[in-house]
This record gives sequence, structure tokens and C-alpha cells, in this order.
Amino acid sequence: MLEALGLECVRGQRRLFRGITFGLAAGQMLWVLGPNGSGKTTLLRLLCGLLRPESGHVRWKGEDVRGSPDSLHADLLYLGHAPAVKDDLSSRENLCFGLAQTGIGVTPREADAVLGEFGLAGREMVPIRALSQGQKRRAALSRLALGAAKALWILDEPFTALDAQAVQLVQAHLARQLSRGGCVVFTSHHEVELAGHAVTRLQLAQ
Amino acid sequence: MTALGLAPVFAAVIRRDLTLALRRRSDVLTTFFFFVIVVSLFPLGVGTQSSMLRSIAPGVVWVAALLASMLALVRLFASDFDDGTLEQLALSPQPLVLLVVAKVFAHWLVSGLPLVLVAPLLGLQFDLPAGALGIMMLTLLVGTPCLSLIGAIGAALTLGVRGAGGLLALLVLPLYVPVLIFGAGAVSAAVAGMPVSGHLSVLGACLLIALVLGPWASAAAVRIAIE
Repeated sequence: MLEALGLECVRGQRRLFRGITFGLAAGQMLWVLGPNGSGKTTLLRLLCGLLRPESGHVRWKGEDVRGSPDSLHADLLYLGHAPAVKDDLSSRENLCFGLAQTGIGVTPREADAVLGEFGLAGREMVPIRALSQGQKRRAALSRLALGAAKALWILDEPFTALDAQAVQLVQAHLARQLSRGGCVVFTSHHEVELAGHAVTRLQLAQ
Repeated sequence: MTALGLAPVFAAVIRRDLTLALRRRSDVLTTFFFFVIVVSLFPLGVGTQSSMLRSIAPGVVWVAALLASMLALVRLFASDFDDGTLEQLALSPQPLVLLVVAKVFAHWLVSGLPLVLVAPLLGLQFDLPAGALGIMMLTLLVGTPCLSLIGAIGAALTLGVRGAGGLLALLVLPLYVPVLIFGAGAVSAAVAGMPVSGHLSVLGACLLIALVLGPWASAAAVRIAIE
């Protein structure tokens, strides 16, 4: 479903990587590894079509993501480096609005059920500003629980600032996404174990 | 869970921005009171000669509206840019151009519309006749969306730039000139008892051009900024 062909990226004077080629079929997961500054976030942004590669192509379902991005945008759930969470809004509002702009409509009740699952029960209406860093990450990641309609998840460091229980929860959602035939691309410094699902590794060099 | 079409996504963006404006009321009130105070300073400084007040009123109100709109512009995309929301909008299944329109519309509702509504009250300080007050409201109603649409281009172009406020003023104020000329011109004509339809038509044309080109240029600038 997702193909990268000979991706090369140059930022300023530096070449971050070249010749990145991989294919991801339905139900497969790609783990992008590398030291800090090796271009993991940049690679994810290239895959989304937010950046233009120096050379090479990214294709989603056979269509180039820069040339005709519509089919990618219809299928994409992207959680970037900045989590797109508004400090002045509550976690319920963040979840509803965050999903609405990707074209998924949820009712406040559905949102509250998911926030409860992510350990934010009773805090649905508290502004994010008043929550801890980990709770803020949980609020951002709760989008995954309602992202079943999206076939491709691209997640930048989903496990940062999470406690062990939340890591388990996110991994369970990743496993569910793979089981229903979705694709996942993510970066992480954590070891990720999903029972019954193979994880393809992509190592970026310094 | 339901799949959303364009209209609900458009509405959600407007609702989110209005909710945020409500939570950060001080930002909105700053623009509003800036306008009120600047316009009110002129009668105090110039004196009570009503013929003079009447002749400077259109220019004063319009220049104050321009500056107030500038003041609000910096916030249009900046916080969305910082927290990643702009990336999400760019990756939305709905066209970014239309989501930019939604953002500009929400921005106008909180920064432009209050100016339109308070203008007649301020006009009284300049001894404007009732007819001219009506025309002033009308020109502001057509002109302030224009200012928001043109300003959005500048706000998007200066994303991520240090000292964006000053640069934004330099970029955008020259583009405001036609709106200023025909907006203030229409009110002046109304004060002098002359027909205003010509000025209003040009102002309307400005709005249409801004509506067609503004969001498109802003969306392109947003894409460059997040690249």
C-alpha cells in the first residue's frame, strides 16, 4: 500500500539520507530507528507529503503523495512531533476537533468513553494546560482509538512521556490497527513488542 | 464515528477558533478597545469644530480599523503553526484553501465584526449624520472581511519569522490602500451628500477579488511555512 522509492533528503547543507526504499503491505508496521538528528521526523514528514524529497517518490495505493495527495489524505492519521493539542481546550474538545479536521465525526459520549480508556476519566472538561505532560500525550494519542477509518497511521514518537500502562494501551491499538489490515509507520526509542505481528525495522544512520 | 464531509469540517474549524477566542478573551478585547480608543482620541485632540470633525471622521475610523485589524492578524495562524494544528489542516481530506477560509471567517467574526457594530457609536463623536453612519457601517461590513482576507496572506507568509509583527505591517498595509481609499471615500461622499454607489461597487469588487485570491495565496504560503 505504501511505497517509498529511492528517497533522498537534503536539509540545508546536509544530506540526511539517500536511497531509502521500502514497501509496506496491508497489516504491516514499519519502525523507523536512528540516533537523534538522523532524520526520522523528516522521513515521516516526507511520507505524509508535507516535504518534497530531493529525489525519489512516495506512493500510497499507487498514487504519488505530492502529485495527487487526495487518496493519502483520505486514509491518513498523522500524529506529528507537535501533537496538535490546544492548551486552552479541554481533552474532550481537543479529541473532537482533532478528529473532525481529519474528517472523522465523534459524539462527546464516544469521546468520553475513549478518554476514560486513556485514563482521563473525570478530566474530560479540564483544559489541557492544567494536565501533566504525560496526560497531555494521552489526550493526543486518544485519537488512535477512534482512527479505525484511517488505513495509514504515521506516528512520531508515540511512546514519549507515557507510563508503562499507557504504552501497553497504545501498543494494543497498534495491534488492532494491523489486525484490521491497516499500516503503521512510527519512530520510537522504546522497544516495541506486538504479539503476532512482525515489525519491519528501518535503521537511519547518523 | 461518522465520516465528515466538507461542511461539517468547515463548521468544526470555525467552532474551534471561536471557542479558543472565547477562552482567550483578552486578545479579542485588546483589538476592540484599541479601535475604540484610537478613534475617540481624535475628537479630544482636534477640538470641537464640528465641520472639521465631520470631514476627518471617515479617514480616522478607517485608518483605526486598518491598524486594529493588523493588531489581530499576528494571531491568525501563529498558534496553530506552533502546536502542529496547521500540519493537521494541511493533511485534512478537505481542501486546505477552504479550511483557511473557515479560519479567516472565524477571525473576522471576533476581530472585524465588533468594529462594524461599534462604529456608529464612535461616529456620533464626530457629529456624523445618520445617513453617513449607516454608510460607514456598510463600508466596514464589506471592507473588514477584505482586510482579514488580505491580511491572512501576510500572516501566513510571516509564519516562523522573528519579529513577524513589524514585517507583517510592511507587507500588508500597502495592500490595504484600495480598501482604505474606497471605504473612507464612500463615507466622505455620504457626509457631503453625494452618491456612494460607485465607491461601494469598487469596495465590493475588492472583497470578491480578495475572496478568490486571498485564501489561495494564504494556503500556498502555509504549505511553504510547514515544509
